[in-house]
Amino acid sequence: MEEERQRRGGGVRLCCLCNRQRASLKRPKTLQQICRDCFYRVFEDEIHDVILSNRLFSPGDRVAIGASGGKDSTVLAYVLSKLNHAHSYGLDLFLLSVDEGITGYRDDSLLTVHRNQIQYGLPLKVVSYKELYGWSMDEIVKMIGVKNNCTFCGVFRRQALDRGAAQLKVDKVVTGHNADDIAETVLLNILRGDIARLSRCTSITTGEDGPIPRCKPFKYTYEKEIVIYPFYFIAAATSTAAFANPSPLSFTYAYFKKLDYFSTECIYSPNAYRGFAREFIKDLERIRPRAILDIIKSGENFRISTTTKMPEQGTCERCGYISSQKWCKACVLLDGLNRGLPKLGIGRSRAGITGRKDRNENYGGKSIDNKQCGTLDF
Amino acid sequence: MIKSKSSSSLLCSSLSLARVLGFLRTTLLNMQLTLEFGGGLELLCDSKKIHNVNVEQQNGEDKLTMKDLLSWVRTNLIKERPEMFMKGDTVRPGVLVLVNDCDWELSGQLSTSLEEKDVVVFISTLHGG
Repeated sequence: MEEERQRRGGGVRLCCLCNRQRASLKRPKTLQQICRDCFYRVFEDEIHDVILSNRLFSPGDRVAIGASGGKDSTVLAYVLSKLNHAHSYGLDLFLLSVDEGITGYRDDSLLTVHRNQIQYGLPLKVVSYKELYGWSMDEIVKMIGVKNNCTFCGVFRRQALDRGAAQLKVDKVVTGHNADDIAETVLLNILRGDIARLSRCTSITTGEDGPIPRCKPFKYTYEKEIVIYPFYFIAAATSTAAFANPSPLSFTYAYFKKLDYFSTECIYSPNAYRGFAREFIKDLERIRPRAILDIIKSGENFRISTTTKMPEQGTCERCGYISSQKWCKACVLLDGLNRGLPKLGIGRSRAGITGRKDRNENYGGKSIDNKQCGTLDF
Repeated sequence: MIKSKSSSSLLCSSLSLARVLGFLRTTLLNMQLTLEFGGGLELLCDSKKIHNVNVEQQNGEDKLTMKDLLSWVRTNLIKERPEMFMKGDTVRPGVLVLVNDCDWELSGQLSTSLEEKDVVVFISTLHGG
């Protein structure tokens, strides 16, 4: 087999880290050509370093992993429980999922999360829109149509995750946002001129002043590597090395293979606006993979002039959730739904907005938190 | 009437020319490959993830490259929204390609040459996570 490989492509390139095995991946971050085993090591080590150097956790922390059943949160749940074991972080980990109530979409991806619960031995909590707000996304869409429904979904999801986290009494919530996602968000915030979000979207931990901070251990992790991680895992399972050192975790390789994270787009909205930024980021990555980290870096280095008036954070008079307005966005939207005026919270209410801005609004310029549906995002 | 006659005879002659060319070639390349689509790409080809295919190389070359395979896949497997899979003559940025578990960026991307029983994997990273 090796012979055949050597014949092809004029010789085998060896891993530039171990110099022993055949390189099978080009790392976007460093352009290094590395082998599968080294990939596992550096992938996990880097996340461990990010966790340590940013002091993301303290021993004894209860941590909820925002789990959508998609690739990022699935890999995050696995890696975090592995690192927690291997480096004795002393964390109590939970899976936390939000059921938006989208038939044929979320019900399927929740099955994946239920499988993860068994595979990783992590307790799972599911909070649903229906139980929290009295409305499922299916019902909301029935009322308002497919346009603009992402506003509801995004706003509700953010709160739902916080409420679920409060019910679990956790100290922190982690999410699977990766470097590509964050670079995308930086661009979107610049395009939308959203200074407040631009200044906080690159922070690895947010909401430290609030009840439950959130952090993103994958902030510096490329999407390409997250996608390839479970894939190589399957391949590695067939090598003898993997069997000689079985994982201490209670899961089987076959499971991981079967797992095959959920990857269908939300049936209600492809979210075109973020899609453009996403495609642009991927185009950049092809030319120069480091561009992704560079964009994050520039986002971090933005300094907002001290004279800029920033929205003040207060609490919602109605539900007590953090809000810069009298009522939080979820309460405004919910009020509209319950009064049969669902458009209430969608358009901009301020006077003197030009037609151009209205158009932006229609293109999904609602909240940067509305990442492509299918993600537990905010 | 005359026009259609001449065009059909033209077709005939080009067909026979093709046949002659086919004879001239020593072997007709017919390669067995396993193609795997993931990350949502399977939805573009009948929601089937794994395809065992026989790819015929028609243009007289005696080898098959990834470039050839991509155009073959586009014509023969992709049933809808080809723009989700390809951009120009290559895969759309954000689609990961592995040839025998190896990142195609290491083997020369489009110029990677394929051999019998190779396994080619396409995974889209463009979906939400």
